[in-house]
Parts: sequence; structure tokens; C-alpha cells
Amino acid sequence: MNVSLLEPFRHEFMLQAFAAGGLVAAVCAVLSCYLVLRGWSLMGDAVSHAVLPGIVLAYLAGLPLGVGAFASGLLCATGTGWIKRHTRVKEDTVMGVVFTGLFALGLVLHVRTPSELHLDHILFGNLLGIEPGQLRETTILAGGVLAVVLALRRTLLLAAFDPSHTRVLGFPLRALDTLLLALLALAIVASIQAVGIVLVIAMLITPGATAFLLVRRFDAMLAVATGGAVVSTFIGIYVSFFADASTAACIVLVQALGFVAALTLSAGGRLRRRAAPPADPA
Amino acid sequence: MSLDLLLQPFSYDYMLTALWVSTLIGAVCGLLSGFITLKGWSLMGDALSHAVVPGVGLAHLAGLPLSLGAFTSGLLAAAAMSFVKLKTPVREDAVIGVVFTAFFAFGILLISLFPAQLDLKSIIFGNILAIAPGDVAQLVAISVLCVAVLALQWRDLLLFSFDPNQARTLGLPVRRLHLTLLLLLSATTVAALQAVGAILVVAMLITPGATAYLLTDRFGRMLVLGSALGAFTAFAGAYASYFLDGATGGCIVVLQTLGFLLAFVFGPKHGLLAARRARRRLCLVAPAVAP
Amino acid sequence: MTPAPDRPLTLAARGVTVTYPNGHVALTDATFALGGGTICALVGVNGSGKSTLFKALMGFVVPSAGAVTISDEPVRTAQRRGWVAYVPQAEEVDWTFPVNVHDVVMMGRYGYMNFLRIPRAADRDAVADALRRVGLWDLRDRQIGELSGGQKKRVFVARALAQQGRVILLDEPFTGVDVKTEEAIVALLRELRAEGRLILVSTHNLGSVPEFCDQVVLINRTVLACGPTSEVFTADNLQRAFGGALRHFDLSRSTVEEHDGRQVTVLTDDERPLVLGQGGHLEYRDRSAHEKLVADREAGKT
Repeated sequence: MNVSLLEPFRHEFMLQAFAAGGLVAAVCAVLSCYLVLRGWSLMGDAVSHAVLPGIVLAYLAGLPLGVGAFASGLLCATGTGWIKRHTRVKEDTVMGVVFTGLFALGLVLHVRTPSELHLDHILFGNLLGIEPGQLRETTILAGGVLAVVLALRRTLLLAAFDPSHTRVLGFPLRALDTLLLALLALAIVASIQAVGIVLVIAMLITPGATAFLLVRRFDAMLAVATGGAVVSTFIGIYVSFFADASTAACIVLVQALGFVAALTLSAGGRLRRRAAPPADPA
Repeated sequence: MSLDLLLQPFSYDYMLTALWVSTLIGAVCGLLSGFITLKGWSLMGDALSHAVVPGVGLAHLAGLPLSLGAFTSGLLAAAAMSFVKLKTPVREDAVIGVVFTAFFAFGILLISLFPAQLDLKSIIFGNILAIAPGDVAQLVAISVLCVAVLALQWRDLLLFSFDPNQARTLGLPVRRLHLTLLLLLSATTVAALQAVGAILVVAMLITPGATAYLLTDRFGRMLVLGSALGAFTAFAGAYASYFLDGATGGCIVVLQTLGFLLAFVFGPKHGLLAARRARRRLCLVAPAVAP
Repeated sequence: MTPAPDRPLTLAARGVTVTYPNGHVALTDATFALGGGTICALVGVNGSGKSTLFKALMGFVVPSAGAVTISDEPVRTAQRRGWVAYVPQAEEVDWTFPVNVHDVVMMGRYGYMNFLRIPRAADRDAVADALRRVGLWDLRDRQIGELSGGQKKRVFVARALAQQGRVILLDEPFTGVDVKTEEAIVALLRELRAEGRLILVSTHNLGSVPEFCDQVVLINRTVLACGPTSEVFTADNLQRAFGGALRHFDLSRSTVEEHDGRQVTVLTDDERPLVLGQGGHLEYRDRSAHEKLVADREAGKT
């Protein structure tokens, strides 16, 4: 019994999967705190879908896939912002139009490209099949993003909490927003191999939302989100090994269960009492 | 390209079915998209289209009609969202994100557990070219129902979207209107799922409306225009996909996005160029005012 | 759709207490009664329960105790009969909506239309009449976002007119509105009062209250006072309603008095100040109109 429960840890590919999954989970969790507070949850959704045409084009051009993915993810984010500024259509609608358009373009391009590019792997990841070279790539990307976010965490928090005050203080708000978007795109690129572009959205929302329910300080929120996300990812990978099921789906479902647990805990009253008195709806 | 080749799609029964069914779905989604964009429910459309996947999977495994499963799981997701929103201080968009990704992940889990019975590609990307006659009948029923409800209730839904408070003071059943819109959204999502797949459904439900919104200032015209745009792009996309070996959803949505971009640049009043012209005229009239 | 002629128009709140689902009690035991042919101001600081009372009158929140009645009917019935019209603050709607002025005013007629909401000649006439009264007839085909702030406000007033509501609720009608529009709206409200309607205006602009409101309901978590403006609008009552939130500038102790005797000029930028004379005597800009109204009402009573 003991032997079989430890089975996952005996395989090289599983250890690599744990390493890559944990790293990606940590990066996404840290970013999710900012996205949830900034009201940018949909942005993670949009950028992650939008990387598809970039990947296909980069493949055709013989460039590293990450470069293409980053470029088209950023194109979606900045394109949405630009169109929003020049039209009366609501931002979430513009974002929906742009990201679905890019994703559809990627699909059409992919169909026209006789290639070794596995659409399934791009969409849903292939964590258990990760290769040492890809692990190295993921480590560098994820580590870099993590370092930048943690170094700038207070400034980014200010921009998320009070954009106009940030501008009053003389910080370049537009540049900070662009930086956050670029970091988001990089984190998504790093996650493609692990969970794929469809389910990375969950990793970019759920940990932040869960931590938000449990703690009231931002630094604590970062810690809880990261810890929770890494642990759920380990559990998800471990379960998927035995269930022979989609690893990405298992990870996301474990994270979702974490959210439900946090919801029950916070609704249990312990935190309710600590919450600030409700604002007068008048 | 010879005329023969261009007419080739029409010589296959499956293509003819795909063409008219896509057109119908495009028209219905386009009609509803006017409400979805104005109500600010774009994210909701995205969320529901992902959330129906586990329902489709379970219905398939149980041998039930796909629409039934999809509909149930979409409504469950909507109920979960409103419950969580009520219970927590988390922002609405984050709540929607958490719920729909969890549902979607459950769907993917099902597909990965039963790869023999469930076809990932047709659920995620749609498969209108191989649609079964029973599904066609369901789609027609859904479409007729949606069009009928919208035809009867569009003015009430308009007021509900524009000014819910006024709707309430007039004694309109606001909660029922909210539910009606949600049901219509779920129903059209189920329909569009077959044509373009779970990921791209949201485009069918917002892009035609957003495009029409750039072209007119009247709500009635916006609905008609959105519906026409949806029908045309769906037809043309399905037609084009014959030559592209599938990817019907991709073709339809690429066309819809192109339409939006054209309206965004060349729209007669709200387009980029029109706005630029208007600004220039303003500068000529009042040169003292800095642009 | 109008109250039966034998049933006079009244609006009454009896012991209204509103508790929100989160446990917050916004209003406790609020009681007042008003009749037709009245412009009444609903005055209180932000957070005093003003909006909550409004919501209770419109049936948006159900009181946890007490009840609101309009001509002795519950709010729900009054709503269905189109008695209650509401003029919201401009921020409450999306001005980029693809509807024009005529469409919005027509929405006030929905209650009179059949299930399909297809306008009839009577609806078109009512809309045209309302648009002419607020001076927006020439702008009826404009998309609503292309209007100025004052015009936007007038669209909502026109909608309430088209609805032919017996009770008209206006939420802060003068914020962000130029003086000309304010005067036009006040003139219109006086006409509506003369037609026997009941107009309730929520405002924190104290100075304009004595000018056009003949009754006042003062609230701070409950109804503090209710009655004719000259009786309710006293320094004492206002102090109770506003507590420290009211800026008090006592002219009798100002240097102006010493130098200029009775010649006092008060200038303010945004909101009109309330000027109280000796013994709480109210300062009216249009005294004759007010006195005529009081006299008329006295004559009517006897």
C-alpha cells in the first residue's frame, strides 16, 4: 500500500511535473492577487486565449513558440485598451471580441498548417510529458516573473488599489499597467506546457479569490494564495497520476475545492465578525 | 477557381445542412447579442459557454439529449455564481471566473476519463459538419423559442437593460425578466456550441451586437442588424470552412471579428475615421480650442 | 389608471423599518403622511436613510416592519396602476445606450400598454405632450448621450410626465444642473402641484427648499419632523437632522452686520445657502407665491 502511494515520486517525469507545476502555480497565484483586486479577471482569460495565433505563426516562422505567444498575448491586451479608448463599446465586450477573434484566427491558421504542433497540448497542457528543456524554460520564465512581481509588489498594489492616486504620486500608471500585462502574458507563456491556455485562467483567478476570502492583509493574501495554489497543484498532479485523467483539470478542480472550503470557512462566522461594518447602501 | 468548385459545397447534403443550421444559429445569437452587449453580460456569456461542457459530457454518457445536459449545467453554474456573489465580498468578475473554470475543468476531466465516448474536439470546437438530425431538430426548436420570446418581450427586456429601476417602478416583473434573459442566453449557448464550440460561443453572442452598436443609434435597428450580421457571417464561415477542411467555428468568428474591425474603423458615425473627421471639423470651426 | 375620484391622493408611511440582508438597519419607525397638491422635500445627510426611504416608497425594498400606502393601497398595487413615477439621478443609466429621447420617454408609458408594448395614439400623444412641456420636442430624435446635463435630467422628468404618475419622486434633481434648468424644473413642478399631484424631492440643497417646497420631511435614520416648511425648517430641527454636518454661519455675529446694518449678501458657488431671519423666520426668494399658496390652502380648509 505504502509503496503504491509513493509510486508517483519514483518517476523522473513525475518529479519534473511537480517542479514545473509548483512553479507555474506560484507565479499564477501571485499574479491572481493583483488581477482579482484590479478587476482584471477577464484579462487573464482574454490574454491566455489570444496567444494561440502567435504560437502557430512562431512555429511557421521557426521562432521560439514563447516569443510568438508573448507577442500575440500582449497584442490582445494593448489592442483591447486601444480600441476601448476609441469607441463607446464597453471594455468587457471589446475584450471578448478581440480575444475570440485572435483565438479563431489561431484555429484557422492551425488547420491550414500541416504541423507537429499538438493543439491538445497547447489547450490543455501536457504536464506529465514535460521535457527537461521545457522545464528549464518554464523555470527561467516563471522565476523571472516571480522576481519582478515580488520586487515591485507594493507599487503594483498601489496601482491596483487606487489608480488615480498612483498617478498623483507621479508613478507612470500606463507603464505599470503595461508591465502587469506583460508579466501576465509571460506567466501564461510559462504555463502553456503545464496546464494549457484554457485552464490557466483558473490558476490566474481562483487562488487570489480564495485568499481574499481568508485574510485581510495583502502580504498575507500573497502568501496564502501562493501556498494554497502550490499545494493544490501537487494534489492535482498526484491525483491525476492515479486517476489517469487530465492533469490540468485535476489541478483546477482541487483549487476550486479550496475556494469552496474557504467560502465555507469565511461564511462560518469567524471572519464575518472581523469584517468591516457594512457600508450604508443609502 | 472555377464556378464548379465554388458551387461544390452545395452539392453535399451535409454541407447544405451545415449551411442553413449555421445561418439560423448565427441569426438567433446575433439577435440576442444586442441585449448581451448592452446589459454588460459579455463575461457571463463566456462563462456559461464554458460551464455547459460538463453537462454535455454527462448527457452524452447517459444517453440524454445534449441540450438538456448543457442547459442544466449552465443554469447550475449561473445559480452557483449568484450564490457565491451573495455570500462573499469578492468582485463579481472574479466569482464568475472561479465558477466557470471549475465547471469547465470538470468537463475536461470527464472527457479525459472517457476518451472513447466523448470527443474533445467536437465539444470544444463544435462540429456542425457532422451534426446529427436529432440535434438539428433541437436547434430549430431552441431557435424558434428564442425568437418568439424576444419578439414578444424585447421592449420589456430593453427597459430592463436600460433602466431596471424604472422597470420596477412600472411594476414590471424585473426578476422574471432577468431570468428570461439568462435562460435565453443558456439556450442560445447550447445552440451555438454545436456550431462553433465552447470556446468561441461567446463571440457569436457578443461580436454581432457590438458591431451593430457601432453602426446605429436605434435599438430596434441594432437588433435587426446584429441578427443579419450573425446570419451572414455564420453562412459565409460555414461555406469557407468547406475549403479549409473544417474549423467552421474559427472561420465564422474570424469573419465576425473582421466585421467588427471594419465597423470600428469605417462606421458612419461612431467609427474611428468618422470621429477623426468630426474632431478636425471642430478644430476648423474653433481653431482656438486645442484638440 | 388613476385613483378613483372618491379616493383622495395620499402617501403614508407608518412605522416603516428597513433592515438590509446584511443586518444593517437603515431606517427605524419612519412615519409621515402627505396629501396631493404638494411639493415635499425629503431632507437629510448622506446615510440618513433618504435613499432607503425612497426605495421603500418605490417598493424596491420591503419594510421589515410597518407599511407604505398610496391612496390606501399597498405600493405594489400603486405601481401596477402606474401611480408612482421616478426621476433618477443621471448616473444611474448608461447614456451610450442606442435609444433616443423619444424612446426613453415612451418607456414611461409601458404600464399602459398591452403585453407587447406597442404604442397607441394615446401613448404617442402623452409622449409628445411631455416632450413639449420640458422643451425637448425638437431634440426627440437625438441619441440620449448627445444631450447636455440639464437636458438629460429633463428627459427623465418628461418620462415621469408621460407616465402621468400621481406621485412623482425626484432623486437629487438639481445636482449637476445649471440654474436655468433648475428654474425650468421648479416651474414645471409647480404646475404639477397645481394639477393635484404629490411631488417628493430628495435633496441636500437646503437653500432651495423654502423656495419651492411647501412641506418638508426631515430624516435621520427615522422621520424627525414632517409638516409645512415654515414649521419644520427651523434651526433647531435642522441641527437635529444634520448634527455637526451642517456648516453654520451666524450673520448676527458677523462683522457684516455691524458695518452694513441689514444689508447682507451671501454668495455661494454650488448649493444655495439656507438663510434664516430673526426667530427662525425663513428667507424666501419668491415670497408672494409662497404666501398665496398658504392662503389658498387655508381657504380650502375652511
